[in-house]
Amino acid sequence: MKLALNVNGTDRVLELEDRTSLLDALRDGVGLKGTHAGCEHGVCGTCTVLLDGEAVRSCLILAAQAEGHAVTTIEGVTPGPGELSIVQDSFVETHGMQCGYCTPGMVLAAVALLRDNPAPTRDEIVEAISGNLCRCTGYGQIVEAIALAAERLQRSNTP
Amino acid sequence: MKPAPFEYIRAETVLQAQEWLAADPEARVIAGGQTLMPMLAMRLVRPTRVIDIAGIAGLDEIAVTADHVTLGAMVRQVAVERSAALAQALPLLSKAIRFVGHPPTRRRGTIGGSVANADPAAEIALVAMTLGAEVLTTADAFAARDFFLAPMTTALPAGAMVTGLRFPRVAAARRGTGFAEVAMRQGDYAMAAAACELVLGAGGEVPSLRLGIGGATPVPVLLDLAAPTRDAVAAALAPLEMMHDPNAGAGYRRRAALALAMQALDEAQREVMA
Repeated sequence: MKLALNVNGTDRVLELEDRTSLLDALRDGVGLKGTHAGCEHGVCGTCTVLLDGEAVRSCLILAAQAEGHAVTTIEGVTPGPGELSIVQDSFVETHGMQCGYCTPGMVLAAVALLRDNPAPTRDEIVEAISGNLCRCTGYGQIVEAIALAAERLQRSNTP
Repeated sequence: MKPAPFEYIRAETVLQAQEWLAADPEARVIAGGQTLMPMLAMRLVRPTRVIDIAGIAGLDEIAVTADHVTLGAMVRQVAVERSAALAQALPLLSKAIRFVGHPPTRRRGTIGGSVANADPAAEIALVAMTLGAEVLTTADAFAARDFFLAPMTTALPAGAMVTGLRFPRVAAARRGTGFAEVAMRQGDYAMAAAACELVLGAGGEVPSLRLGIGGATPVPVLLDLAAPTRDAVAAALAPLEMMHDPNAGAGYRRRAALALAMQALDEAQREVMA
């Protein structure tokens, strides 16, 4: 089927099989490999993207279901090529990653949280990433990264 | 691409979805897809057609009237979480919804999908059973106790579709609710859960108590209580069949159900007193 997807602000028309998940459409159809495939059945959260600004699992959505909605991937949160957003930079600053596989999903979960809740408590941060598995860090530095990002964003003029 | 091939179609009306379902017994409805998508990925289901009902007008409405609170099948779990009207009119559901999955799955998951799926661990089904809700379908309206038959099995007739959930609205001078659950991790499947609503009428009549158990039993159960005491709850739990798996045996689930029921009851009582 022919689908029109809006990804990171750009409209794209893709020819896909009906059964294609949004995850596969982004990676193989659009060619954006920043959205990682993990379990591919809704358990690990590594494929998290934003749908109309809110965190969702791209493996649990058919590409067809995303038609008419704005999809944001990790590539869409950077201010420009080679630059990091405040949230991404906070992950670097606190070493909120090791192997990096879960990181795009964690960053997008954080972006979605901070959009609605600029000053989250520790419990709110933990809840926001509760659907995202990380097997390296033990989550401590990821929670720190999101808290640091919240603090920085509150003092910043840029999103 | 993990699912077997199928045709994806969007229904514009309930009637259209109903016709497509009636025409093809292998067709399946997709609402939020938070359970269907994993089942497709694991090829536990191989439908011929997947009928998307997200675009059906009105199916995502929350209606609060004097007698009922009605939620359409496509009401997203996150909409329940954020609804001030529901926090007021149906506080037990608002409380329970925070235990359903994780924020990203609640963003997509729906009321109707959870009810139709009938997972024994489902919090929405437990609240429906506890409050005596009706499951609205294209075929008929079913009392929750008649709808949930066994794990993942409902009374929904072939070719029919869940269209919503209707809760009775009970007038209350004071209302207290409680919800408690134990799972391996936050947002994981409940091994046992309890929901409680305690209502005091304006006329000083005997308070009405509803206490339900989920997760532990094959379908959620509204307990038949002689009194609001630990002994009465234990007696009501005694004849119930408990599920068992390697993580939680039947004995553990029975003890957990009792402890959680008392927690939920205590929370409801404290709210009423406050």
